[in-house]
Amino acid sequence: MAWLAKSLHSSLGKKLLMAITGLFLISFLVIHCGLNATIFLNDGGVAFNEGAEFMGTNPIIRTMEIVLFGGLLLHIYDGLRLWLDNKKKRPVAYAVVDGAANSKWYSRSMGLLGTLLLLFLIIHLKHFWYFSRLTDGLASHTLYAEMQAVFTNPIVVIVYVLGCISLGYHLLHGFQSAFQTLGWNHPKYTPTIKSIGAIYAIVISAVFAAMPIAFYFHLIH
Amino acid sequence: MEGHLNLTLKIWRQKNANTAGKFETYQVSGISTDMSFLEMIDVLNNRLIEEGDDPVAFDHDCREGICGMCSMYINGRPHGPNRGVTTCQLHMRSFQDGETITVEPWRASAFPVIKDLVVNRSSFDRIIAAGGFVSVNTGNAQDANNLPIAKDDADEAFAAAACIGCGACVAACKNASAMLFTSAKISQLALLPQGKAEASKRAQAMVAQMDEEGFGACSNTGACEAECPKGISLENIARMNREYFSATFSSK
Repeated sequence: MAWLAKSLHSSLGKKLLMAITGLFLISFLVIHCGLNATIFLNDGGVAFNEGAEFMGTNPIIRTMEIVLFGGLLLHIYDGLRLWLDNKKKRPVAYAVVDGAANSKWYSRSMGLLGTLLLLFLIIHLKHFWYFSRLTDGLASHTLYAEMQAVFTNPIVVIVYVLGCISLGYHLLHGFQSAFQTLGWNHPKYTPTIKSIGAIYAIVISAVFAAMPIAFYFHLIH
Repeated sequence: MEGHLNLTLKIWRQKNANTAGKFETYQVSGISTDMSFLEMIDVLNNRLIEEGDDPVAFDHDCREGICGMCSMYINGRPHGPNRGVTTCQLHMRSFQDGETITVEPWRASAFPVIKDLVVNRSSFDRIIAAGGFVSVNTGNAQDANNLPIAKDDADEAFAAAACIGCGACVAACKNASAMLFTSAKISQLALLPQGKAEASKRAQAMVAQMDEEGFGACSNTGACEAECPKGISLENIARMNREYFSATFSSK
């Protein structure tokens, strides 16, 4: 297996790891977003709590939760490693850089957006994952009730919306970038991949951002 | 004056690779808008020589946009504000009278500064030497039509071969990555039957050399493609990834 380790330590290998873990996290977000969107049924959280109950107790899902954390940590580790590596490649910085002339700002800021997402994720996990998995809070009230409680704080709502904006831009570049890294650049598929990526990034981040906003303004009960 | 510019130039001056450089400011006046950027530097250098100063060292050779020597990072972009051109094909009509123009060398640890705006790009040569070749039998050349090659493949290989190795991709990349260059040099051979014999080793060897030279990884920002004077496509990087990983997983 030394050949694999060697390949994964190359500049291309680090990018491959980034793409694979990124696409894995992208697939997770579909489930997370879809399940949470059941709050918009406005049924007092019945469907949402059923889903949350299933996700919290099903052994396959609980095993995948470990895989998910593994994938997330690998994505973070690999991202930090790439960022540190890449920084060293230009020891003397340019005095003038006109980055906007040749690339999108968010494509050049994946490390920064990722760091913002990590900070957001720590707050987010503290709010809901810690509550539902590591405390006996669920004995007294449901995860839906916890959402209602958490999103009464306007600062929390703003932090969540900013987190969703960071996520949207991260995905806007990350989705199509992952396919390019996997070598999937083809006149037949690339335009479709880019369109799907843009729609995915906008829909996922907008639906997520709508959740704290809807709770805060009592649009759902 | 119509057709003539007065400009302020902020030019990076550096004695050699081991000393730190700094910007020097120069005024040039009466620059014709028909001059190329390099001719404008020639005017400045003539004056510096007459005044007994050290002229600005810069690379140039063909001055017709095909050799790739004229590496200058002008106002935050490799080869200046226009797309699809080298510095020698950049004309002073692209600038405004009274403008301040900042000129820097390519900045990358794999491109050490030799003097002023001249950088050492021999790292590119070593990447090519690592695998950018095909083995050819000695003896009489076979008939050219013995190897059927689809026109589309030939065209694509030719488009990749248009790379002049100028290093603008590295200069433009926020990671100082040489992937556009390396992928073009892999693609021009990978697309043709003549390149198949070494295919399982070529991408591996060239990527390993690229990493060893100290070039960065790819963030897929597309800055390299946008700044490439020869329009080398990002599709080449995807092809390099395919070549590299298919060799990783299938070679013995």
